[in-house]
Amino acid sequence: MSTLFAIRDLHIFYGSIHAVKGINLEIKEEGELVSLIGANGAGKTTIMHCISGLLRPRQGQILFKEYDLLKVKPENILETGLAQVPEGRRIFTRLTVEDNLEMGAYTRHKKSEIKADMEKIFQRFPRLAERRRQPAGTLSGGEQQMLAIARAMMSRPKLLLMDEPSMGLAPLLVREVFDLIQEMRSEGTTILLVEQNARMALSIADRAYVLETGRIVHEGVASEMLHDERIREAYLGS
Amino acid sequence: MTKSKFLSYVVNLIAAAAVFLAFHLLFSGGVVSRSYRDLFTLGCIYSIAAVSLNLSTGLLGELCLGHAGFMSVGAYTSALITISFDKPGDMPILLLSLVIGGLLAALSGIIVGIPALRLRGDYLAITTLAFGEIVKVIVRALKITGGGQPMTGISLTTNYTLSYWILIITIIIIYTLIRSRHGRAILSIREDDIAAEASGVAVTRYKLLAFSLSAFFAGVAGGLYAHYQGVLEPQFFDYNQSINFMVMVVLGGIGSLTGSVISAFFLTLLPEILRGLAVYRTLIYSVVLVLLMLYRPEGLLGQKELSQRLFARLLGRNGLRTSPQSGVGGSSASPQENIPVSGTAERKADSAVSDRLGTSTGAPEEALERKWKGRR
Ligand SMILES: Nc1ncnc2c1ncn2[C@@H]1O[C@H](COP(=O)(O)OP(=O)(O)O)[C@@H](O)[C@H]1O
Ligand SMILES: [Mg+2]
Repeated sequence: MSTLFAIRDLHIFYGSIHAVKGINLEIKEEGELVSLIGANGAGKTTIMHCISGLLRPRQGQILFKEYDLLKVKPENILETGLAQVPEGRRIFTRLTVEDNLEMGAYTRHKKSEIKADMEKIFQRFPRLAERRRQPAGTLSGGEQQMLAIARAMMSRPKLLLMDEPSMGLAPLLVREVFDLIQEMRSEGTTILLVEQNARMALSIADRAYVLETGRIVHEGVASEMLHDERIREAYLGS
Repeated sequence: MTKSKFLSYVVNLIAAAAVFLAFHLLFSGGVVSRSYRDLFTLGCIYSIAAVSLNLSTGLLGELCLGHAGFMSVGAYTSALITISFDKPGDMPILLLSLVIGGLLAALSGIIVGIPALRLRGDYLAITTLAFGEIVKVIVRALKITGGGQPMTGISLTTNYTLSYWILIITIIIIYTLIRSRHGRAILSIREDDIAAEASGVAVTRYKLLAFSLSAFFAGVAGGLYAHYQGVLEPQFFDYNQSINFMVMVVLGGIGSLTGSVISAFFLTLLPEILRGLAVYRTLIYSVVLVLLMLYRPEGLLGQKELSQRLFARLLGRNGLRTSPQSGVGGSSASPQENIPVSGTAERKADSAVSDRLGTSTGAPEEALERKWKGRR
């Protein structure tokens, strides 16, 4: 089986700070939900920024399907089929909810399909539908996160990267976000979920990688890791 | 173009024609004095400058402090062309000179913009500020532009009809652009350029497009001004003038084209209205500005547009569509709440909402903002 997505020996520096120290990560199968967990400052977002072309690595490879992503311009990455839900959501606050979704479909051209996808999203998220003409900045934190995810879905991605979608949300909303992630996965989207919330991430992922100060220190089947003593102690607090 | 969109263009055009007719009757009937007619012409010219500045600063979100510099490029270019043809009062030649003046201004916009717009942060503000000064120095140095003396001998071909309809054309072009898919891309850059890029928007290209179009119309306004005033002095286009245009944009509402027009006229007429109060004139002028900013920090119109939909809503009817009015600055097909651009009120509202739901979003986003400023 060929690999869908792979990071090979990636090194990223901020000046002289060695933030990511040679990581390897693979998503072999389509439809897999892989999680990258790590504490605050481990280097998760740094890796995400590198994948989206905002940062250049010192060394290493990022491969997606037949593409060498480091050679693809940031604005063309979405067209390869890789979408991101960035850390901090980054929705377009003064544009309406609807326009935010339209922007998610910016690279697509079939108007009728876009319209249909948008209606599907409004059915799934009635709260977004009620506020479709409202500036996105007036939504609550949870609604904004849903919008950020929905916007990414509007590009019909093959692979979806999510950087801490639970950040800053109340527990109930975190639950809702994770339900949504599972739902998208069951519909066939391949997902790389980056999380600090290790318990939640491990409970829904197929496989997981643990990042610690720029290095992968564990990897394996998520359900097994959930019961691994070392991981329980270090990340699950028990 | 959908039918309702087309219809709204027609209605707004008819309204524009009606307004023109009203002024035309006033001017030709001798009801108002000649000086008010000239002020109307000047108001139109300043409106073109303000509306085009709104494109780069309000809609694209790039601070431009040298708008008068682009106007200067257009003014001198256009004047040199009509003078060289030596057919005073010839309208086709004036029109040609306006277009060439605009194109040259757009070209200088691209030259100034390419290095600055590729970077994040407020580099464009500094570069355009410098650009305005450089234009002034060049104009003073060149013999053909007067070499430090005022440039004279420019025919007074600009009239209120021409200025008014060029203003209308300017508004239509910018409005149509911003309501298109391209316009949405431009607005998304203003909102978050990283997210725009991740959505597939060619950020630098769109920034250059919007910015050079803005410079183009500034150049056209300059050409009109040259043939309105008959005399050009380089210091007229210095940064004070650029700031004046900025005041018009902020006062009218960042992102509202019609707001820019209203405040451009207001600020053109105000000094005249206050003429009798000679000594207090600048004082009153300043106080009015401060009061307006205190009580309407989002500008007169915020992001809204003065259109038949707004009137329809004010009259309590539903107008042509179910969505009663729309702001160019915010959205392509939808009504728009007034979201102040300054940020504070918006954040307040945001945190109020998230407080209510027991979530807090402000802090991490702000941190990210800072982290990314100026890096690419
Ligand atoms: N712009 C930057 N300049 C210098 N160091 C940075 C920058 N951004 C992040 N870092 C550092 O890189 C490390 C990883 O950060 P980050 O990738 O944001 O972690 P995570 O997303 O896992 O919380 C941290 O030590 C952080 O301080
Ligand atoms: Mg992070």
